[in-house]
Parts: sequence; structure tokens; C-alpha cells
Amino acid sequence: MTEKIELTINGLSVLADKGMTILDAANRKGIYIPHLCHHKELEPIGACRLCLVEIQGEWKKTVISCKTEVKDGMEVLTETPEIQMMRQVNLELMIADHDTDCLNCYQNTKCALQRIADHVGMSKERFKRLKKPEELLPIDDSNPFFDFDPNRCVLCGICVRTCDEIQNINAIDFVQRGQGTKIAGFGDRPRLNSNCESCGECIVRCPVGALTEKDAKRPTHQVKTICSFCGCGCGLVLGVRDNKLVSARGDLGNQASKGRLCVKGRFGYKFVNHPERLTSPLVKKDGKFVEVEWDEALDLVADNFAKNKGDKFAGISSAKATNEDNYVFQKFTRAVMGTNNLDHCARL
Amino acid sequence: MTNTITELGDASTILAIGTNTTEAHPIAALQVKDAVRKGANLIVANPKEIDLCRFATVFLQHKPGTDVALLMGMMRVILEEGLEDKTFIKDRCEDFETFEKSLEAFDLDTVEKLTGVSQDKIIKAARIYATQTPSSTIYCMGITQHVHGTDNVLAISNLALLTGNIGKPSTGVNPLRGQNNVQGACDVGCLPNVYPGYQQVTSPDAKTKFESAWDAELSDKPGQTHTEIFDALLDGSIKSLYLVGENPVLSEANANHAIEAMEKADFMVVQDIFLTETAELADVILPGTAFAEKDGTFTNTERRVQRVRKAVDPVGEAKPDWWIACELAKRLKGKGFDFTNSSEIMEEMRSVMPAYKGISYSRLEKGGLQWPCLSDDHPGTPFLHVEKFGTASGKGIFKPLVYKKSGEETDQEYPLLLTTDRSLFHYHSTMTRRVYGLNVLGKEELLNIHPEDAAQLEIADDQKVRVTSRRGVVDVKVSITDKCLPGTVSMSFHFSETPTNLLTCCELDPVAKTPGTKVCAVKIETL
Repeated sequence: MTEKIELTINGLSVLADKGMTILDAANRKGIYIPHLCHHKELEPIGACRLCLVEIQGEWKKTVISCKTEVKDGMEVLTETPEIQMMRQVNLELMIADHDTDCLNCYQNTKCALQRIADHVGMSKERFKRLKKPEELLPIDDSNPFFDFDPNRCVLCGICVRTCDEIQNINAIDFVQRGQGTKIAGFGDRPRLNSNCESCGECIVRCPVGALTEKDAKRPTHQVKTICSFCGCGCGLVLGVRDNKLVSARGDLGNQASKGRLCVKGRFGYKFVNHPERLTSPLVKKDGKFVEVEWDEALDLVADNFAKNKGDKFAGISSAKATNEDNYVFQKFTRAVMGTNNLDHCARL
Repeated sequence: MTNTITELGDASTILAIGTNTTEAHPIAALQVKDAVRKGANLIVANPKEIDLCRFATVFLQHKPGTDVALLMGMMRVILEEGLEDKTFIKDRCEDFETFEKSLEAFDLDTVEKLTGVSQDKIIKAARIYATQTPSSTIYCMGITQHVHGTDNVLAISNLALLTGNIGKPSTGVNPLRGQNNVQGACDVGCLPNVYPGYQQVTSPDAKTKFESAWDAELSDKPGQTHTEIFDALLDGSIKSLYLVGENPVLSEANANHAIEAMEKADFMVVQDIFLTETAELADVILPGTAFAEKDGTFTNTERRVQRVRKAVDPVGEAKPDWWIACELAKRLKGKGFDFTNSSEIMEEMRSVMPAYKGISYSRLEKGGLQWPCLSDDHPGTPFLHVEKFGTASGKGIFKPLVYKKSGEETDQEYPLLLTTDRSLFHYHSTMTRRVYGLNVLGKEELLNIHPEDAAQLEIADDQKVRVTSRRGVVDVKVSITDKCLPGTVSMSFHFSETPTNLLTCCELDPVAKTPGTKVCAVKIETL
């Protein structure tokens, strides 16, 4: 059993596990503490300074809740006037050079910065005074699957840590200093020319609209399935809109992949929508393929197969197809065609 | 895999041999990296300096085709230093003595000479594997696609038995299966020698069981394997071919042979989702459905049966593959093909496959199940061989091994060894070549060659060269890299513009009938 810790947050008694941070304990209790750089799968770095809280009593001080462990008897306040003021300043500095054209941002209504601004409250006057004239930095659109817009980046470092801690690729990092700080590949080269593997794990975790998928569309509904490339069997959640696949994300509940995907898993589904898909049975007539109805094609195949039953027939099945497809195929080959001349690409 | 992908993350030692895991199984590779982050040792054995080497405690860059020598050398060190798991060998294994005797041929001087790996590295790897347990071995086509591929796998099995690294979490003999459902296609019996659930076609009991289940007369003669089917088409003993979702024109070793064979077929049907290079050769093409257009299950490399769900309607007139086979069966008076959905097929499958007996669509709603799953309340099996092995005696069997040369050797005319590998951005070709972005990221075939060889041949980066083997010729651009061993070059086979498999060797492993794609002698000329 995990050791339990009793503390209060904003006067509410909270039962936390030993080793938890104040932010985790608050989240579990449903108490909102604004935060941007925290991600539950990554080590905390305490970069955004938005999750400040005040601890009362013998430990009295202001701390960042994402890196402070809970202790028995701790009394935490998340919204003292002092905390609110500090948080406001932090937020305003972030928004001062943030591209606030939210309607044209894919993360509009899903954005962590919007939620924080909504919670903290923005003063129109101060915003006007702080907001710098728009001088937009160039977007890195070199990667065929996603764009990086530095004007929407809040330097939370989640993408950097994802690339390090999860992917172990370290394609990107903070570059330059102070006002000029940004996230970039080695030598500030475009992402396409970095060692980025395009897995897209950083896009998934970006709390704002800095990293977005190209041509992204919100699906109307989603379907859980399994990726069709390699044998890892990663869980895939496909987004559908107008009977077309428009998105894919990792299935966090999948036992094999735990929500992770590679470049093929995340973006490779697009072949399904490809215009060259075969849409009708084809029969070769005078050296050219001609579209025919199913009945004609099936009759023709059955007539020809009937001529070479037994060991004159061979079936090669597909390791891309389902178990059910393959089961029926081998049953057909054995029970109907009467042969064990049957294989698939397992040896290749 | 005897074990589970996520168990890799908790291993103390991982031996990755003949697998370029970050390219071919990126999500399994994340577990390897996680393990290393937590302090595990990683031993990489590969002729090429692959990306995983960045994380390796020891990198054994052995010559292609010398895996048996390398592994037997490691085992000899383990025995000489008394690091073997004596209790496990005594209680759980048999035939140890003959195996031990076969190690005599693998003194480290010989092993070093054969593999090109220094003795201190072999000793270090052996010690780590035997003492820093649990140790898990992962491997892939770099082990199997050899004329002695079966021996390579047996060597891995010997190593696991010798050190007791099997039947426990985070250990095991773990092939990373290639295709999404290659495990499942094997499980359900798309193999020439076994019915569904690996029940031998030569077993009278199995034959009777399936004849009664399917209400049909069955043949007890094992059929031809993949490569043999093409041989039989060529010699005229097989006349009709029904080929589903595969593109041998690009993927078959010595592809010219396969092309010639298919051209000779009296009648050939291809069922696919695109008009592939192979489909061009067919008499009839039937449009099947892509994974997102159908219901069913896939079984991944860790034996986990998982639910595939229909997200969109099939394009045009495309039909589920099982439906097409059922329609053909009915036209040929087959009985038992009246399935109306994939769930009914699963019900029949689990009635004849003991390992799948407990797997139903309703259970799969809650998540995948790893076979063997023997009843409706069986939880599935994350790792195999806990108490006994699947042999007649229940014991793990040590196999004595000898070093065999590869089917193909270099000579004056063909002085370089070509080995095939994979790109992260492609999976074979049919699907990924039709995703625009993947072709920006992995845009063309490249021949990887060591700077010394490049200098000797006077070729520069990006230069186009002609690669010729005893079977075929392709032209390809060069990428000079010291990640290759001198004398060894590598290419992937994702591009129809550069059909690498025109070059490769289709001499087969005598047991598994797997072609020795990984070792092929070539010459390189400037254009």
C-alpha cells in the first residue's frame, strides 16, 4: 500500500500518496492550479512559473507546485492575492509576444494558454500596454506532416522533453537566450534537416498551437483500432469525418503501445484515402484490365480455379489481412481447393 | 515473442541481434531505450552501426552470416567462467552434453576470426548477458533471413537456456515479427504444414478433427512453401495462383525468378487494395479492403490478439477479404462459408484453436488478449514456458551447432557483400509509397557503403552506381557512411524504381525454407 499523506489545499482536506507533488494532489482532488510546462509523462522542470502556490505554517513560502512534494499537515493556498498577482505578471509576459489570432489557430478552444488566461483574467488596459506590435517570426513548415509556429510557442519545453525522455532523439532544444529564446533543431536548421523522426509525439503534447499537424481537421467521431504496419500492434484511434480518415492518435489504453506511435502509425493511414485505390474487380481482356461486376469476376475465378484443384493450386495469403480473412482463406484453400500449398510472407 | 513488449522496459540486459529496432519496430525500441534510461545494459550485435548503438554498453559489429559463431563464442565464455545457470540446466533442460561438446569448435580465436569482433568485446557481452539478469534477446530478419537462419535462432535459444533467461518476466527469445499480422496469419494456419493452431497436417488426429469441423476431405500432404510455390509455378506443377495482399515483384528474394514464375501461371488472381507491380501480372484483380474499412483482429508480435474496427466504408466496390474467399468457396460448392460477419469467423476459429479458445469479440472490447488463452476466464499469457516447454518431454532442448558458411560468398568478380535493411519511413512499399509525406522523408533508395570501399571504387556521395549480383542488376545512388563494415554494403527494398530484390539470393534455409536475403555477393560499377 502506498503511504498516504494528509494535507489541505485551500482549506479542503486532501489525501495524497507519498511522493506526489502538490500539483498532482490538487489535480486528483479536482482543484485547478494553472500550469503550462507540466506533463504527466515527463519530468517536471518548473519553467512556466504559473503553478505557484503558497504554503502556510512552518514551511511558509511560495513554491512551484509541480516540483514540490506533499507533506503531512501541509496547508496549501493556490489563490492568495500575492500568488494571483505573480501569476498575472507571468501570464502577461507570455501573452505579450504571443500571436493572439486565436480564431486562426488549430488549438483554439483546446489551448492551455487560453484556459489559463480565462482563469487568471486579463486586464484590457494592461494587455494593450504590454502587447508588442506583431512582428511574426517565420513558421517552420519544412516537415511534410507538421508545422512549428514560434509565434504561438510558450517555451514550456514539453516538446524538447518529449523528444529527449520518450523518443531519446533530442532533435530539438532551446536555442539562443532571453527574448530571443526559441525551440529549434541543431544549428537552427529547419526541422526537416534535423534528426527529427517525425513521430509527432511532440505535436500531441504541445499545450498551445505551436506544433500542429498539416491540414488538420477535427473528426466527427473516432474509432479505436490497431495500426496496420509493423508487428508491434500499436493502438490507433482513427478520426473520421464524412466517411474519410482525417486524423490518428495513439490509444493510451493499449497494452502494447501505451499511446505511443511512430511516424508511420500516426501519419501513414493516409494511404486509405489514396485516389489510386482499387474500387472494382478487374479482368484482363486482350492485355488490358477492364472493370467488371463482382458476379462476373467471381464466376470467372471460380471456373478457372475449378480446373486446377488439388496440388495444381496454390494460395498465398496476406500478413496484412486480419486473422478472420486469413482463417477463411486457408479454409478455402484446404477444404475447397484440396491442397496445403498455402503460405504467406512469414519467411520473407 | 516468448515475452511481452513492455517487459523489455524492465530488463537488466537486452541483446538486440539482427534487428534494426528503431527503424523497423519503433515502439518496441522505445521500451529498449526506457530500459537503458533505467540503467539496463544493451548489447547490440549487427553488421551495421544502427541507431540503437548510441545506447549500447557493447556493440558487436560482426560480419553478416556469422551469428552462430558469435553466440556460440559468448556461450563458451559463459561456461568457461562458470556463469551458466546450473540449476535451470539440470531441472529444465536436456541434451546439454552434446551441445557443450559442440562448443569445442568455438574457441575465441576462431570466433574472432570468423566474426571480426574482438575477443574482449565477446567476453564483456557474455558476462553481462549471463550475470546482469533478467536478460532478454530480441531479434528480427537479420537472424532469420539466412540459409542457416534456423541455426541462428537455435543459438539464441541455447543462450537463453544456458543462462536461465526464459520462462520469467523480462527474459526470453523474442522475435520481433515483421508485418502487423504475420503472427496471426501463422496462428490461423496460413502455412503449408499446419492447420489453424499449429496442428500438423500430417497428424491423422488433426486431419480427422478438421475434416469433421469443416465437413470436407483434406490432404495430409504438407504443401509447398512461399519460395517453393514460385519454383513449382516455373516447373508447371502448380498452375493456378491466388495471391492476397502481397507484392512479390518487390519483396521476393531473387525477384526475377518470382516474376518469371507468375508470368508462367495459367491463371493468377491478385486481391489487393492497389494495382501493385504484382497485380499487373494477374488475370483477375479483386479489390480488397484496407484495415480501416473492416472488422476483425490482428495478433501482434507478443501474441496479443487485438480488435481491428471498421472506421470508414470500403472505397467503391471493394469487399472484405473474407467475404471474397467465402463467395468463391460457395461457387465451388464449399460448405461452411456462410459467415455474415467477422465475429462469426472468430467463433469458428476459437472452436478449433485451443490457444484462442478463450478469445471472443466481447472479451476483446476490454483490451487485447495474449494467447494461449485457454478458456473464457483465462487471463491470457504474457510470457511462455514458465513451468515447462512445449516439447514432448517438457524440457528445453539444447541444440549442438556448427558454423556454416552463408549460401553466397564474395569472389573476385563479386567482391562486396550486400545486406538488406529497412527504413523507418516505409513498410515494404504498397502502402507507404502512397503517403506523400513519407516519401518526402524517405524519398529514394540509397546504397550505404563504407568510405574505404567508396575510395577504392572512386565513387562519391550521391553518385549513381550500378550494383550487379549473380542474379540481377539495379542502379542506385550512393551514401557513404562509416556505419557499414568495410566490404559490406546495404540497401532497403521499398522502391519499385530500385528493386533491390532483383539482386538477392533465394537459396533457402533447409528447415524454415526462408531465403538468405541478408547475404548476397555484389559488384559495384560507376555509371
